[in-house]
Amino acid sequence: MSDVTVEAMEGKLVTNQLPTGAIVGESPLHHSDLASIAKKGPQQGGVHFHERKLKGLLTLRCAPSAEQLSLIESLLGVALPMEPLTSVTTDAVSVRWMSPDEWLIIVAGEKAFELETRFQEKLIGHYALVNISGGTTIFDVSGSHVVDMLKKSTPVDLHPSEFPVGKVVSTVFAKSGATICRLADDKFELVVRRSFADYLWLWIQDASREYGLVVKA
Amino acid sequence: MFHIYCPHCCEYREEEEFHAAGQSHIARPLDPDACTDKEWGEFMYFRANPRGIHHELWVHAAGCRKYFNITRDTQTYEIKEVYKVGEKPTVVANAIQSK
Ligand SMILES: [Zn+2]
Repeated sequence: MSDVTVEAMEGKLVTNQLPTGAIVGESPLHHSDLASIAKKGPQQGGVHFHERKLKGLLTLRCAPSAEQLSLIESLLGVALPMEPLTSVTTDAVSVRWMSPDEWLIIVAGEKAFELETRFQEKLIGHYALVNISGGTTIFDVSGSHVVDMLKKSTPVDLHPSEFPVGKVVSTVFAKSGATICRLADDKFELVVRRSFADYLWLWIQDASREYGLVVKA
Repeated sequence: MFHIYCPHCCEYREEEEFHAAGQSHIARPLDPDACTDKEWGEFMYFRANPRGIHHELWVHAAGCRKYFNITRDTQTYEIKEVYKVGEKPTVVANAIQSK
């Protein structure tokens, strides 16, 4: 593990989990060669699939005080979504409400270590920030039949009146689990576990067959 | 299928997302070294099995992963009330009987 940078700061450890040098990071769907499928595969269909791979995902656990809330807002650039099942999405950072004292923070892969380091420097009080990038991946699914595909996979009510844009739920998904966020009327983000990624990719291929599946690079 | 209200997510979800975690409001003896074997045995092993109103701990396992209480009728499966850990139930067995 000689490639790992460890910085000690006031007794706290932050580890850069990104490989350096000759080591190339591989997403859990690396073996599927989605880039080739995107080129050679169907270009028309009711469900579009894109793996938003190698992102930086951080779990924040905290029962924030007013002071912590303002510090976290200055660190993230956005305020924590405090209402249950709500989220914030900007170009730089996405924040998902996970439970009353837990949020999922998504940034670019190379930004996770930097953000962790700034949290350790600036945030006071009782909290935990854990880098879960290596254990997760993100599927973006969209298209005119995306809701039909999701309905086969999860019991959550996806009608726009119950599941508006911006809503986020953690739920059961195809006998596995996923954190589902609606990014647009016909676009959803699925945060899934790395070890279930291949199985869920196979599931989504099957569930999308009747609508036509388009892989996006 | 059951719809269960999670007091943390503040909405109804499918039963599939939840797990039952046993009887609620079981107080651990404050000083285990000082209590009798009977008290410790009651705490460890003995659970109520009522016909009718029962208070149970449930966990939103696939959702927010928080525990909360459910007051349920064991005869009809009807959920009478959902309340957070630390709160007191408003629906209790005696209140039902006196109605
Ligand atoms: Zn919940």
